[in-house]
Formats: sequence, C-alpha cells, structure tokens
Amino acid sequence: MKKKLVMIGNGMAGVRTIEELLKLQPDGYEITIFGNEPHPNYNRIMLSTVLQGDKSIEDIIMNDWDWYKNNGIKLYTGEAVVGIDNQKKQLLSDQGRLVDYDELIIATGSSSFILPVPGSDKQGVVGFRDIHDCEMMIKDSRKYKKAAVIGGGLLGLEAARGLLNLGMEVNVVHLMPHLMERQLDETASGMLKKELENQGMNFLLEKQTAEILGDERVTGLRFSDGSEIQADLVVMAVGIRPNVQLAKDSGIYVNRGIVVNDYMETDMPNIYAVGECAEHREIVYGLVAPLYEQGKVLAANLAGIPANPYEGTICGTQLKVSGCDLFSAGEIGDDEGTKSIKVHNEFDGIYKKIVIRDNRIAGIVLYGDTKDSNRLFRMLTKREDISGMTSVSILEANGCCGGGEAGDVAAMADDELVCGCNGVTKGTIVDAIRTNELTTVDEVGGCTNAGRSCGRCKSLISDILAYTLGDQYDTSVKKAGICGCTTLSKDEIVAEIREKGLTNVREVMNVLGWSQEEGCSKCRPAINYYLGMINFDGYKDERDSRLVNEKMHANIQKDGTYSVVPRMYGGVTTAADLKKIAEVAEKYDVPLVKMTGGQRIGLFGVNKEDLPAMWEDLGMPSGYAYGKTLRTVKTCVGEKFCRFGTQDSMGLGIELEKKFERLDTPHKVKMGVSACPRNCAESGIKDIGFVGVDGGWEIYIGGNGGTDLRAADLLDTVKTKEEAMEITGAYLQYYRETAAYLERTAPWLERMGLEHVKEVLADESMRKQLNERLDKTLERYNEPWQEAISDNGIKEKYYKVRNVTVE
Amino acid sequence: MQETMVRIKLADYDSLPVGAGQAITVNGENIVLFRISNGDVKAVENRSPHRKGGTLADALVSGKFIYCPVYDLKISLEDGKVQAPDTGEVKTYHVEVIENEVYITI
Repeated sequence: MKKKLVMIGNGMAGVRTIEELLKLQPDGYEITIFGNEPHPNYNRIMLSTVLQGDKSIEDIIMNDWDWYKNNGIKLYTGEAVVGIDNQKKQLLSDQGRLVDYDELIIATGSSSFILPVPGSDKQGVVGFRDIHDCEMMIKDSRKYKKAAVIGGGLLGLEAARGLLNLGMEVNVVHLMPHLMERQLDETASGMLKKELENQGMNFLLEKQTAEILGDERVTGLRFSDGSEIQADLVVMAVGIRPNVQLAKDSGIYVNRGIVVNDYMETDMPNIYAVGECAEHREIVYGLVAPLYEQGKVLAANLAGIPANPYEGTICGTQLKVSGCDLFSAGEIGDDEGTKSIKVHNEFDGIYKKIVIRDNRIAGIVLYGDTKDSNRLFRMLTKREDISGMTSVSILEANGCCGGGEAGDVAAMADDELVCGCNGVTKGTIVDAIRTNELTTVDEVGGCTNAGRSCGRCKSLISDILAYTLGDQYDTSVKKAGICGCTTLSKDEIVAEIREKGLTNVREVMNVLGWSQEEGCSKCRPAINYYLGMINFDGYKDERDSRLVNEKMHANIQKDGTYSVVPRMYGGVTTAADLKKIAEVAEKYDVPLVKMTGGQRIGLFGVNKEDLPAMWEDLGMPSGYAYGKTLRTVKTCVGEKFCRFGTQDSMGLGIELEKKFERLDTPHKVKMGVSACPRNCAESGIKDIGFVGVDGGWEIYIGGNGGTDLRAADLLDTVKTKEEAMEITGAYLQYYRETAAYLERTAPWLERMGLEHVKEVLADESMRKQLNERLDKTLERYNEPWQEAISDNGIKEKYYKVRNVTVE
Repeated sequence: MQETMVRIKLADYDSLPVGAGQAITVNGENIVLFRISNGDVKAVENRSPHRKGGTLADALVSGKFIYCPVYDLKISLEDGKVQAPDTGEVKTYHVEVIENEVYITI
C-alpha cells in the first residue's frame, strides 16, 4: 500500500515540493493537500502584476484544478487544518475531517504583518499578501481615491505602483529615511525615490504611524509627530509573519518560524516544514528562490534519495515596477572590512556598487542598468576570488572570464540555477534547446518554464541560446518576425508582396517560406490585411483568415453567443428603427439590450444560428462593432439644437460614417465630431476628431480613449466640410499603408512623428493620391449582413448548427 | 450509462465546408467537425480548454491545428492537446468517411 503524504498549505513552496517529488517518485505516495484559500496554487510573486493591471488572476495560476486531478492529488480548498495528533499520526480540519498521515509537510506560509496600532482593524485596512487582498484593493479603487501604503520596501512600492495604475492618489509612508533600505544604499535609494515621484507617488519618510483614523472605515492616518493625512484605503506592507500557530499548538519547536534542519525536518518525527513558515539556520525566507531550493531537498528526502543538504541561500532582489531597473543582493553597506567599486552616471541615471570583502564580492547594488546582475550575482554566490581582476573587468562583462557573455555562460556549471522562480538550471535549458530545437527565449519558457515568472533571467536565457546555438542564434532570433511562422518583419512582408505581386494568403506563405504551412492566428489576419491594402483594386477577401469576430460579422462572447449592433450613423436614429430593434429583441428573446459606448444599441447574447434571421428582420446595415475598421462616429447635437454649437456636427458625423464605413484598417478606428470646444463628443481622444470653431473645424489625430489614454494632437484647422472629408481620407489611407496590423493610430502617430504626418498631409498631390487609392478600395466592399441573408452558402458554412439524434 | 461505443452518421461529407467548423450536437454531446485542407475530417468536443471556457466551432483552422476563437489557444486536431506554452486538452473522436458519409464513434 502507498504511504500517505499530507501537506498543510497549497502555496508555491509546498506545491513545488510535491512537483519535485512526483518527478522523483511518481507513485510513491497517496497525496492530500489542504489549502486555506479557495484557489488552486498561484504565483504569489506575480500578485503585483495583477494589481498593476498587466495580468489577470487566471494568468498567475500555476497548477490548475486539472493538475491535481491528473496527478491523483486530493485537494481540500477553503478548509483549514486545526489540529495535529502526532501520536495517532492524524489531522483534524475545521470541517471535522480526520485524515491519517505517514508523512506530514507543513507549508503554511506567512501572513502580512499588521502593525498593532489603534484602528488597524478598521474597514479599508489591508495587507498585500493574497488574491483576496488584491481583489479588495481593485474593488476599493473604484470607490475611493486616496490610498496610503505603510512600508517603503519592495512589496510596499509594488503595491503603490499598482494603486497608481488603479487611478488612486498614493502616499507611501516609511519609517526610515530611505526607501528599500535593506536592499539599497543611500544613493540608489535616492534615485529610486526620484523616479517614483516622477511616476506620481508621494513619500512621507521618517514617519511612524501612531493611529489609523475613522469610524467604521478608515479616513486617515495620524503619525507620532502629530501630523495627519487623509486616506480611504491603507495597505500594510511592513513585513510578513510566518504562520506557525498550528505547529506551536501541536508541540513542534517554533522560534520565529518552524525550526527545521538541513533536510527540512522539524523536531517531530515524520513532520517537515518548508517555505515561509520554516526557519532554517535562524533565517526565515520571504523570497521564492530559497523556498524552491528547500522544496527540492525535502522532495529528495521524502523519496528516500540521498541529496545535498540545504545550506541556506543568498537572495537577489529586483523591483517589479516599470521604469525602475534595480537589482540588489548581499551586503549593501560598507564597513572597515569592505571596499567597494562604484560607478555613478547621473546623466543616464545609472548607479552600480559592488561591495568586496576578502577579495570576494559580498554585495551588489545596481540601479538603471541591471544587465550584469546575473553574472555578478553568480560571482557572489560562487564566492569567486576576484583578486586578479581590475575594477573595470568586474563591472564590465566583456572583461570578465575572458570571453564576454558567451564565455560567461560557458563557465556556468550545468546544475547552476538560471531561473530562480521556477528552479530551472542551465543544464535543463541547454538540453531543451538541443532536444526540441528551440530558438527563442519564449520557446525555452514554453518547454522549461524558465523566465515565465518574474522574467529577470530572460537575458541570461538569451545568452544560453546564443552559446548553445552559436551563429544560428544571431540569424534567427535577433530579428523578430510578425509571428512564430516567419522571421520576416511586417515591412519585409509588405515589400515582398509588392515586389513579387503576391495575391493571396496561401501564396504569401508558400513563396516566403512559412514554417507552418497554413500560418497561424497572428499572421493570417495580418497578411490578409496587407494584401487587401496593397491590392486595392479588387482584392478578394479571405474570410477564413479573419479574426473570429470579423469572420462572423458579430462579436463572440465567452459562451459562444454573439452580439448584434446595427449601424446608427452619427448616433442618430428614428422612432421606426427603435421600434424595429425592440421587436427583434423581443422576438429572439435577447438577454441584454444595451447602449454601447459608441452611441448605438447593442443586442447581446444572440445564438449564432439566429444571426442571419435577426439581421434580415432588422433590415439595417452592420455597425461593424466587431471590426478592425471604422466603428462609430460620435457626435453632439450641434448647431441644430445646442445653444453653444457653432457647427453642424451631426451632419459631418453622418457624412464621415457613410463614406468610410466598412474600410479595413490596421486596427479599429473611432471618430468624434463636436460642434464647439466644449467637446461633448470627446473628439480629443478619438483616432480622428473634429471640433467646430467659428468659421471652421479643428482636426485632431492620434487620440485614444482605450487602455493607454492619449490626447489627440491638433493636425490642422480647415474652413469647410469638404476639406475635412479630404484630409480624413488621406489620413486614414496613410495610416492604412504605413501601420503594422493591429497597431492603433495613437502608437502609430508616436512612431511616425506628428510633424512627419503633418508634412505628408499638407502636400496636396500626396493627399490626392492617397484619396484615390482609398476611394478605389472603398468600391470593393459589400454590406456583410445583407450578403449573408441572401447567400445560403454563407449561412450554411458559418451560421449553421446541426443536431443529430440517435434512436 | 452507455458502455458500448456506437457509430453514428453525422453529415454528408460534401456538405462540410473547408476551413470552418461545424457544430453538431449528438445526443446532448457538443462536438465540432472540421474538414481540413488535406480532405480529412476531424472531430473534437466543442469546448475551449481555456479555464474560462468557450466554444471551438468558429476557430481559425490551420492544417491539423485550430486556434481557439475566444482565447487563441493552439490545439491539435489529432490528439486534442493544447500546444505550449499553454496547456490543456480537449476530447477527440474517431471519424470515418464512408462513401460521402461522415461517421463518428462515440
């Protein structure tokens, strides 16, 4: 019979131990895991990226439910263990469950340390430790504006950056005179503070929080010097506290953490501890790399395989805040026994300090340029003797080990860790590159998980690729193609299409040597677009190469239903059309009828097979709410009704929408027309916007109200509607011809430069040529909904769902 | 509970379009058929393996792979496996084409 292994805790360190154990001994144990949180195992160090909006919670799940199932692991989530009976070898959960064990791992992790000041139990005071904290901050940011983060360390600053991204005003309160004082010296800390202030953070240094103010919910902080600030949300990021109560109650020896030996054994037989709850040689670790090393040792111990003892880890730290490149490890201060090498380039914002003790690197601080962090960190952990090296060769990779980056990698032992987050060694990566013929950093990540957590090791992975592949690497990787099927860039593909006169997607892929014969979901829509843009005179669109929404002429929803949004030119409709929309919504039992953000009515949750019939009943053109094309032209009511309006905004809006609808563009395009500078149509954040002024129109371009908000730039002022139409045509066509597929006008304009675009559009003959090509292109479009209604082939191919019944 | 596998006729081969999936419900089981460019017909369960769910009928088809229309996962029509770096799997079905008729074993 298999032995029973039970683990209390479902976090990163514990689950990593189980993963290692499964590798060593897949069938050795019957495994049961108890997790306090309701989720499967997720990557806690990536919580800051969730808070900062770069990733969703789903993205950071490391082992999903299937993983537990596939490995035969019994998982109890949302259930806490409340007692351990060491005599009977039994556990008791808070739901009254009794579970036997032969071996028991305690991996209960740690909790945020909440300062014991009056008011710390008020609503709106959170730690920054788990998904729940993260969700609460995101929720609160929608309602409240002022946040205070207590703690100017790594976690506090990452939380503060996240809160800024969520639109809050952020005060960071720190007890010490410098930020991240455990990782950075005064100079680096000062540089970091300046950068973060530029990003919008406000710092209150040398402030000790004395009280959290408010009734039920927090309203502010009072400091020991009597001063106060307002705050509706207080994030405590002052440290972590190992979760040891259960171990303590069970009679296991606990100091700060659960005390373990070099094999992760506690003082009680058959009970082990790993991760942030464990104390090894008087150290409790709060970073992931050491916890993974512990997990490896414990897994070997449980599998009965002799392994090297765990002897502790020196930790390197980096801050996951964009715009702040910093790395720190080991000793950062100076004393009588140390010497240091420093480089401080104030012009470029670069600072490097290497602390040396007994001819060995004892500490590293890098700010602004961290590319040497891996190499220096390795010299530190290997305790390399540097007495023969000059200060320049220590700081510059090319002088070191006689061979630059590749030589540096060559000197690494196979079992040396490259990705600390995921415990991947150089040997594993080299093997994966050779066995699976990998050529990119992403592919290495796909095969080995290296580089997929914090990403710090990506440059080292790239060096390992260069070292393993030799010359092949330079040619295949440094140039990134538009997708994995090709190494050609967008410009090269467009040039080849023009030069070779290519006319269809398949031909492009054949002639240009695509690695995947029929391409992928990235290159096919792009090629289809480029072909259509170049062959403006009668290109035959390839519907099956379109992104799903464009292929179906409706937006797909996550349950496979679609939405229907009819065209409503300039946001203007009639009572008759409104009635028709209402009747259709009723007839097809549409679950949601909603005004969209672009001034029209959307019918959501429509069954795919109902789409053509609904379009027929509506008898209206498609609003292209799904397309990389002109979506809407938002208008105000303008001179016809408004007492301030100086121009006919609805008239221009409708004319623009009628002329440019259906046009394929690299990404979606939105327009706005306001009749006066009060700007009710928000024309200043549209791809192209018009603002009526006395005697004419101001034209704005490159605005974006999307993820990256960008105010539009003034392009020109014109007198007539005709001029406005002509400039719009030229602008759209120039964007169509020069942007990469899926590049919106805002980044496009920044790439091209406003002055350049102004110059092009100021040239009358250029405007004329652009408009000619555009007008030719516009001729080829048909109304897609009408087409589907009248073509049974289309209905059959795209909208039919069959049922088969078997008797 | 059904213990034996049965062979069920689903559609005429000619009626299946190339390059787009056809959703079929067989006794409550949601399946999607793809007639791929080499002429073969493949069948997989009509469910995106992404943890947020979704359907596969309107996937982009490339050779023996499809790209999930909702989350863009690349899935093999041969064994139903999601390609790295993503993970997951969908059920595949045995399909036969006999004299212009498409059969599935279920």
